[in-house]
Amino acid sequence: MDALIGQLINLFAAVMLILAFAMLSQRRIVTLIHLFTFQGLTVVGATVVVAYVTQQHHLYYSAALTLALKVALIPFLLHRLIDRLNVRWDIETMLNIPTLMLIGIVLVVFAFNLALPISKLSASIARGTLGIALACVLLSFMMMITRAKAVPQVIGFLTMENALFFAATSATYGMPMVVELGIALDVLVGIFILGVFMFQIREQFDSLDIRHLEKLKEE
Amino acid sequence: MSPTGFLSQALAILAALVLAPLLMGWVNQWRAWFQNRRGPGLLQPYRTLNKLFVKESVVAETASPLFRAAPYVVFGCMALSCGIIPTLSTELPLSLAADAIALVGLFAVARVFISLAAMDIGTAFGSLGARREMLIGFLAEPALLTVFFTASLISGSTALTSIVESLAHREFAIYPSLAFAGLAFSFVSFAENARVPVDNPATHLELTMIHEALILEYSGRHLALIEWAAALKLFAYSCIGLALFFPWGIAKVQDPGALLYAVPVLVGKLAIGGFLLALIESVSAKMRIFRVPEFLATAFLLAVIGMLVHFLLGA
Amino acid sequence: MQNWLAVDWILVAIGGWLLTGALGIMALRHFAVVARVLFPLGSAVGLLLAAAAINGLMGTPEVVTLPIGLPQLPFHLRLDSLSAFFLLVIGGAGAGVSIFAAGYFRQGEGTPPGLLCLEYHLFLASMALVVLADDAYAFMVAWETMALSSFFLVTANHRVPEIRQAGFLYLLIAHIGAIAILLCFGVLQANTGDYTFANMREQSLSPFWASAAFLLAVLGFGAKAGMLPLHVWLPEAHPAAPSPVSALMSGVMLKTAIYGLLRVSFDLLHLQLGWWGVALLAIGLFTALYGVVFATVQTDMKRLLAYSSIENIGLLLAAIGLTLLFKSYGMAELAALALTACLYHVVSHAFFKSLLFVGTGAVLHATGERNLGHLGGLIRFMPWVAWLVLIGVFASSGLPPLSGFVSEWLLLQSFLFTPGLPNSFLNMLIPIVAAAIALIAALAGYTMVKFFGIIFLGQPRDGKLQHAHDGGGWEKAGMAWLAVWCIGLGLFPNFIIQLIDPVTTPLVGAGLGRKVAANGWWLLAPTSIERASYGPVFFFIGVVVAFLLAYGLVRVLYHGQLRRSAPWDCGYPWQTPRMQDTAEGFGQPIRQIFEPFFRLERHVPSPFDVAPRYHVSVTDHFWHRFYLPVARVVEFAAEKVGRLQQGRIAVYLLYSFLTLLFMLFLVQR
Repeated sequence: MDALIGQLINLFAAVMLILAFAMLSQRRIVTLIHLFTFQGLTVVGATVVVAYVTQQHHLYYSAALTLALKVALIPFLLHRLIDRLNVRWDIETMLNIPTLMLIGIVLVVFAFNLALPISKLSASIARGTLGIALACVLLSFMMMITRAKAVPQVIGFLTMENALFFAATSATYGMPMVVELGIALDVLVGIFILGVFMFQIREQFDSLDIRHLEKLKEE
Repeated sequence: MSPTGFLSQALAILAALVLAPLLMGWVNQWRAWFQNRRGPGLLQPYRTLNKLFVKESVVAETASPLFRAAPYVVFGCMALSCGIIPTLSTELPLSLAADAIALVGLFAVARVFISLAAMDIGTAFGSLGARREMLIGFLAEPALLTVFFTASLISGSTALTSIVESLAHREFAIYPSLAFAGLAFSFVSFAENARVPVDNPATHLELTMIHEALILEYSGRHLALIEWAAALKLFAYSCIGLALFFPWGIAKVQDPGALLYAVPVLVGKLAIGGFLLALIESVSAKMRIFRVPEFLATAFLLAVIGMLVHFLLGA
Repeated sequence: MQNWLAVDWILVAIGGWLLTGALGIMALRHFAVVARVLFPLGSAVGLLLAAAAINGLMGTPEVVTLPIGLPQLPFHLRLDSLSAFFLLVIGGAGAGVSIFAAGYFRQGEGTPPGLLCLEYHLFLASMALVVLADDAYAFMVAWETMALSSFFLVTANHRVPEIRQAGFLYLLIAHIGAIAILLCFGVLQANTGDYTFANMREQSLSPFWASAAFLLAVLGFGAKAGMLPLHVWLPEAHPAAPSPVSALMSGVMLKTAIYGLLRVSFDLLHLQLGWWGVALLAIGLFTALYGVVFATVQTDMKRLLAYSSIENIGLLLAAIGLTLLFKSYGMAELAALALTACLYHVVSHAFFKSLLFVGTGAVLHATGERNLGHLGGLIRFMPWVAWLVLIGVFASSGLPPLSGFVSEWLLLQSFLFTPGLPNSFLNMLIPIVAAAIALIAALAGYTMVKFFGIIFLGQPRDGKLQHAHDGGGWEKAGMAWLAVWCIGLGLFPNFIIQLIDPVTTPLVGAGLGRKVAANGWWLLAPTSIERASYGPVFFFIGVVVAFLLAYGLVRVLYHGQLRRSAPWDCGYPWQTPRMQDTAEGFGQPIRQIFEPFFRLERHVPSPFDVAPRYHVSVTDHFWHRFYLPVARVVEFAAEKVGRLQQGRIAVYLLYSFLTLLFMLFLVQR
């Protein structure tokens, strides 16, 4: 049974990685938000499994919180945001997608080697997941770097937070509840601030292309 | 060769030859239903094949013997490949002679032959089709191989029968790497079988067709063989997918009784698979030909990531 | 005669080749004698060599000292299993190419036939001596003879300036390589002053010096083999040379470089380090990918094959790298598997690439055209050549059940075994390399379909092709010999692996022979039957039976009626052969996908052009970013040095005087 649970968490980790790669190679903002929702669901699933195995009840609360926040509220806000901004269009990436994925593979190898010594110390049931969680963080970073529009960057930021959360639950059985609540609140506030910020950009430049921000430098 | 081995081998090839057009008909029927049409019925592929066999073959004046031999070679390769894949039982004497790598090689032989035959006539369409087919092939083939590699890393063997043995008949375990492999494999199957996101089997639009451009010059019995081979290819790919990712229900070695219920299980699994295929085909749009390499490169890289994940998670 | 050793027979064969060459120079202008007597004689000698080599492969190492060369410095020769194996390749492939050459060389093309005959047989003999040599001196003499004789063969048609240029480029890079090899031997003898290989085997170098020797060997032999970035001579020299010579150079001569690398890294060096393997693997993989990507976009058929040779050399280097890796971790069995894959590919490449090159020779003779854009439809005018080349094409695309597939299969198997390595990082990377090799193999298939499809299929793109004629008897015989081996090597791999076994055993400490023999001759299972097995004969029979059954049943159940008619013209009856895909068109998707690999120059016509022309040229980045800057630096330096040259005797005397003064000053200190 224990082996199966470990494999289940590994499966969740693999799904996280698939979703990270899918987001990296996705052109449409709407699909990006859907993928983000799925990622939230995966994190919820992983948290519930860990909570069940370790009998830590606060993890159930944190799963519920994640469900409410990252599967329901934030995607809803994002959907409304892109409707209001009218940006359901395709977004171009700055590099072509196979190249992006190749870089992604290199990042995965790198992340794994980075996490190898740490996960040897870890005693949790699924040690390999730390490397994958780290890889997901790096991949969402890549996604933020290679997108020219503001909305995908926000999603990248949120994905990164998801990956960190996943790392926390699966590798170290979660953080104290207070920390989690704090982070959740931060993310929510972040979304609102970024939303306002995006409206401001559009007002200024009549576009969400953040390359316009390049003008804001000393001549 | 033991008698049960011979029996299951013969049964596998026969089942493939008989069931393949039925699978094609099933998929087409569902496609029709999804489009609110009545559909031609399940048996239409058999009727089409019979009609084509009865008709005389019209061959271009410029055709060389290669052109006339190609349909038989392609058909032979596909029939043989269905004898290598464990569809009903893992007791397949032929699978000793050809493992997963050789299976990919067999598909490649068929592809190279049909491409050469298309170039043989010397019309603009033929060479266009050959070029596109090889373009798809050169990306799909390594992706397929990599999927097999992932499975063989898990089971420690490249023989398809051993892979299925270890996946189906040992203690149940979840292999996250197979999730990647499965995704990559489904991409590859869509491309290789000329299904919708990559190619539309129902169109003859010059600018977009791939598979149809290859076989434009074929008619009569040659066309029948090629159509049948295409059905066999779909069957073979479906069975590879089922064998790697849903291997339950395939009979063990020396178990003739299990062979009896392996057939209905296979038909059931194929029915679900065909339904899903038709569903995906109906809800997705065909992509531009220039996007196809990207699609397949994604498949290849996903398969590679699958292999990586195998090492990351140790499973 | 009874007590003759294998090495004696081999020396007789080498002597036979030298004699044939000498006879050629006597019959300088007697074309018929050279073509119909001497080349077939050379071919028979090749067979003798191959037979003796098989004998030598099974026996113990034999040593001979020839009292030729400088006094006190005789030629040491040694026939061990490694050299015997390569002699087998030289003899076997050389025999087929020689028969072809008997029908190929024509009168009145550049170098007179007799001289060509001398150079050709000297080339063969020097290759055999290279693999026999047992001291650095004999090795370098043979190596240089090989380089020079092939240089003269490349420039056989020396009236064409491009050919001369190609020859000089070849000579230059060959000599850069030769210097590196010489330095490598210098390091290997470890200051003992004894340049025999026997002495080198006894030295135990420190890891630093061993690495230096290994890197010099990689550089030196890599230059000969066409390793990146020293590959540029290959696509220039191969098209320039007459086809049988290209066949020998690509099929056999490149393998002597592989031989040298194997000899130095596994025999002469006493230790192997893991990072050598990783480095060689990386270089090999990159070379292979580069070669195959360039091959797909070529428009000249021989250049295409030259790039394909670069690809195959890359695969061989990758296999050697993997062997080194396994060896350094002490995994003898796996090292044997990787080395067997490498050696198997050496043989199969020797045969199929020779076959393809002589095939282009036959096409060239029949049509006078090397440019793919002017060929097409030749399967109707030269069916023999076409079908024989098709066998080579299938072998070279790595399609079962021919020879290319066996080596590819073995190579992939050895890559899939790496999870046993104790280093987790390598464990992860190496299966990815296997995926890359699968990609390279698939691209090779693309290239070969292009090669065959454009030359032999479709409609003739040029009117003069209607008069093309099939190859002559000699040409067909030579090609058939090579083709038979492509098939034989594919169908009966176990016999060849039995021959490779004595080579791998001394080099890496294990062989596949016993394991393979355990399953009978029809089933190839290099490790265990559960793990992987491949039965090419059954496979072949399966395809043939399915083919015949389908054919027979269709005939019996239905009919065999056939009507000929014009191809479907899409309602546009003015189609011309020029509407088929060109070579550029067929390679276009690859050019687009791998665009960063190429340096493209494209001229697209404007809409207002009266006679619109589209022009695209694809060149090598290495040429512009590496070779031309180096050439500029050299030229600049030469210019500076050139100022010394005044033309006045007095000034030159002054130079000598100053040098003398300087030297005296040094001595005084």
